[in-house]
Amino acid sequence: MMDSEGRDVIHHPPAEQRLVRIFGRFLAYVIVTLGAVVMIVPFLWMASTAFKEGGSAFDYPPTWIPNPITLDNFREVWTIVPFDRYLFNSLFIAVCVTIGEVLTSSLAAYAFARLRFPGRDAMFLMYLATLMIPGQVTIIPNFILMRYLGWINTYEGLIIPTAFTAFGTFLLRQYFLSIPRELEEAARVDGASYFQVWSRIIMPLASPAIATLAVFSFMGAWNSFLWPFIMVNTPEMRTLTVALRSFQTDYGTEWGLMMAGSLIAMLPMLVIFLMAQRYFVRGIATTGFGGR
Amino acid sequence: MTETTAKSPTRGRMSIGRRETVAGYLFLLPNVIGFIVFTAFAVVASAAISLTSWDLLSDPEFVGVQNYIDLLTNDPLFRTVLWNTFYFTVVSVPASTAIALGLALMFNTGLRAIPLFRAAYFLPVITATVVVALIWRWFYNPDFGILNYVLYELGVDTPPNWLASRTWAMPSVIILSVWKQVGYNMVIFLAGLQAIPTTLYEAASIDGAGRWERFRNITLPLLTPTTFFVLVISIIGSLQVFDAVLVLTDGGPANATRTIVFHIWEQAFVFLEMGYAAAVAWILFILVFLVTILQWKLQKRWVHYEA
Repeated sequence: MMDSEGRDVIHHPPAEQRLVRIFGRFLAYVIVTLGAVVMIVPFLWMASTAFKEGGSAFDYPPTWIPNPITLDNFREVWTIVPFDRYLFNSLFIAVCVTIGEVLTSSLAAYAFARLRFPGRDAMFLMYLATLMIPGQVTIIPNFILMRYLGWINTYEGLIIPTAFTAFGTFLLRQYFLSIPRELEEAARVDGASYFQVWSRIIMPLASPAIATLAVFSFMGAWNSFLWPFIMVNTPEMRTLTVALRSFQTDYGTEWGLMMAGSLIAMLPMLVIFLMAQRYFVRGIATTGFGGR
Repeated sequence: MTETTAKSPTRGRMSIGRRETVAGYLFLLPNVIGFIVFTAFAVVASAAISLTSWDLLSDPEFVGVQNYIDLLTNDPLFRTVLWNTFYFTVVSVPASTAIALGLALMFNTGLRAIPLFRAAYFLPVITATVVVALIWRWFYNPDFGILNYVLYELGVDTPPNWLASRTWAMPSVIILSVWKQVGYNMVIFLAGLQAIPTTLYEAASIDGAGRWERFRNITLPLLTPTTFFVLVISIIGSLQVFDAVLVLTDGGPANATRTIVFHIWEQAFVFLEMGYAAAVAWILFILVFLVTILQWKLQKRWVHYEA
């Protein structure tokens, strides 16, 4: 099949083929561009409203470019609600959840991937089985437990129950299994403890997987809503997502303020995405589960 | 490995196997404590709660499987909830899968400026659902929103009343969800496409296969594991839709967008019907389980794993 005769078969008349290819590519560009516009337009509409003066959000016909461009909405959002506190809450919770998840998952993943001990495989199967359980099944008993512990409206209540995931352990275990054993064995021969092997060999070698897990834990915690929504009933403990929801309940028609708040709430994640884009893409491409 | 470490004299009295066992348990401990308390124990507790009538203010009262009997035989609202969730899933999953596949195929032909486009498709994925739902609520606004203005300019004389319309409320939630999900599914499809060996296409071209035949006989079959995967995670995600519904419509109008998780949340945390809500959560779990099992069974018929 690979001989020169066979190769001739694939050549259509060149002009026609080139035309088809150019047209196809042109069409692909048009569709992909239109799609990108559809993705962006609601955000542009948000930004346009956020920078508009008081009443001009309700101009008819609607205008895209605010005239004049003003920061009034941002100033007002900041005065009527403690937005800096909400930013801090979201950031603090997301950072703690990320650190907790990466640490506990990587320790457990190392045990599952490398150490032999009784009950390991049964335990791992239990972890796998729970990946399928929807979070709403555990949310009611966990809420009741938090109430019993007096952790409602506390950082520990917002952080601890969400900082352990079977998913993170599973993801890292799969990656650890792909790391060649020779390096660890050499270190063990030199007298390194299991903990040193984990901290000095496995963790550095697994840094792409660690970064992926960290990025997704952070995004999951930053964007999470249901758990903080039920756990918080004092204004000062609200996270950004919960604050936006109460903002909607209290100032439902103040679109300028709500869009300014939304813009502030999405910016940190956007910055992280632009810096860590490849980890997002890799995480989704290799696991498909990230952020769920 | 074990034999070489055994020679080390500083290792104390424990045998190698014992030491490895202790280390294994210690490494697992932090994660396992959380896992046992917040997942394993919680699952059992949730099953137990679903057998009670409990408002958190007084002691739980054991009612057996009464919550389930009520839900399945005597609860028209729950039937609406199931129907709404089904409607949402059956439309949004095929839509987001097909659009994502189409886009991935186009990206895979090697378009330039891909990073820029990829960022555009990713913006909805990385933004909190609460935030994008708030944005779309304004976007859908029938009086001042840009969407109906554009529709009007395009010649639609009476554009839909979107979120306030019983007919259009669910499609509005679906449009938002598809829009948010497409970029995510697209990346999974792109990874699947890039894993298909180019030699297969070259061989097929030599055999005289045209574009369509190559797509039909190579791309589609070899992409079935990816498609299967996207379908499974999309269906599981769709059965759990909540944030978007809460912010866009509050389950309304007239329960037209009340979904399973919205129902769980309202019953448990607004009306404090913990037993009833836990029973609904377990029905959701069973649904997710059945869907996953069904897909595993069906995949043998259409998923090709060997290259």
